[in-house]
Amino acid sequence: MPEIFVCNASDLGEGNVKVVAVDDREIGVIRHKGQCYAYLNRCPHQGGPACEGVRMPKVEAVLNEERQFFGHRFSDTEDHIVCPWHGYEFNLDTGNCIGDAALRLKRYDVVERQDSLYVVL
Amino acid sequence: MDMFANNVRDLATEEFDTSTLLKNAARQADARNYDDLFIMDVDSHHYENESFGQIAEYIDDPTVRHLALSKAKIGGGRTNFQPSQIGFQDVGGRVTRYTRRKTEQTPPSPHRDITLARRWMDAMGVDMACLFPTPMLHLGMHPQVEMEVTLARAYNRWLYETVLSEERRICSMLYLPLNDPDASIRMIEEFGGKQGVVGFMVTSTRYRPIFDNAYMKVYRMLEERGLPLSFHAGYNWFDQSMSQLNRFISVHALGFTVFNMIHLTNWIVNGLPERFPKLKVMWIESGLAWLPFLMQRLDSEYMMRSSEAPLLKRRPSEYIADMYYSSQPMEMVHNRKALEVTFEMLKAETQLLYASDYPHWDMDLPSTIYDLPFLSKQGKRNILGETALKLFNIEPVWSEKKLRAREAKARAAGVGAEVGA
Ligand code: FES
Repeated sequence: MPEIFVCNASDLGEGNVKVVAVDDREIGVIRHKGQCYAYLNRCPHQGGPACEGVRMPKVEAVLNEERQFFGHRFSDTEDHIVCPWHGYEFNLDTGNCIGDAALRLKRYDVVERQDSLYVVL
Repeated sequence: MDMFANNVRDLATEEFDTSTLLKNAARQADARNYDDLFIMDVDSHHYENESFGQIAEYIDDPTVRHLALSKAKIGGGRTNFQPSQIGFQDVGGRVTRYTRRKTEQTPPSPHRDITLARRWMDAMGVDMACLFPTPMLHLGMHPQVEMEVTLARAYNRWLYETVLSEERRICSMLYLPLNDPDASIRMIEEFGGKQGVVGFMVTSTRYRPIFDNAYMKVYRMLEERGLPLSFHAGYNWFDQSMSQLNRFISVHALGFTVFNMIHLTNWIVNGLPERFPKLKVMWIESGLAWLPFLMQRLDSEYMMRSSEAPLLKRRPSEYIADMYYSSQPMEMVHNRKALEVTFEMLKAETQLLYASDYPHWDMDLPSTIYDLPFLSKQGKRNILGETALKLFNIEPVWSEKKLRAREAKARAAGVGAEVGA
């Protein structure tokens, strides 16, 4: 499978994104909490640049045993990619859309080798 | 096998720019070849509060102007000079243009709002746009009616002189301060024939019923002049019913439809379409899903209680289907069948007009209409622009970008023909 050179691994700092143009596609390569992720930079909603938005933890509702509501909190374990056009959210690990399981961002593998980052097409 | 990217962008150092944010929209426009398709966006916005200091200079009353300029200094453009709302349109920073737009660079002239509008219009493939304010959409709830009138006139004068007379691709339905019918008449007389003024807009969040006899002369004047009247939706979280809702999603979903439902119901039941049969009325930014509901609901009740609406000669749904609607925010993306029925019910191919609502968070691109499989080719052309030209009775002003692209194509075809000959 062809690999696309993105940048030197050290050039993609924590929390940053490189957007790589390959033919008529753009792929966003994201470093988040030390991990690298790559997704097609095109949102399944209206085609927005999904990788160019913010990453945010999932928001959870806090209920007690009686199902009473005690506010919202940010998840410690699940982070989302948020498309900047309208705010559709996608699980950072899987690319699955939070609001509709039928929608997802196309995911690519990222390889780090000898201080170089590659996206596998 | 290693391949090399055509280009690598580093978002850590990239500045915010509307054209970059919308580059995928420009790709859609290219892929669909909008160059030969006239597109008019009947509902887009600017943030007039960012020019509040300039608008304040247009206030006639020197004491009010003094108040406004004083506020402008304190607020640096963001003022509490007019009613405002609790709101989280930026979805907590998730819709990034809200927080980043202030960093966008623009040249000193033309006015920043023209430059920004051209950028998003060109990216989306929009030729002309009808521009509306943003915070002023709540001005109809100002407790001082004279303040609604004063600010509306200052804004209208500023918009005309600064934007409409400078950029022919931008037009507007000007703010009508309906709480004062006489002032509304004066506003129509003053601005009705000016360049770029294609009608008048009433902000829907207001509480004086639109069947009030005092308004009849306003409707008559608009009808006589062939100027459309629009109702632009909004919300009021302080409304007694709305204040029961605990999330912005709920207030926005209901608020943007409820006020227009109330006004449209009053409009029909009080027989205003019969009293002003030639008045063109448009309902803006309530989406589409409310219309089948209201059509069915009013028809059903009318059949049993026609004595309460004696001016009607047809079923309410028939009047509703003769009015005009902006398309955004188009719901029901998960149910094409329901969307198709909705389009049929409101005779979308002649009554619906494309709207983006850009730069607001729930904006729609032209592709939301262009890609619909059930519309005829002419129906798409109508919704995307031709119905607006007829409704506003204006000539199209094509984007320079499309004109250049068409010239280039024509030249290439000419060269090809010569070579072939
Ligand atoms: S295009 Fe991504 S959220 Fe709409």
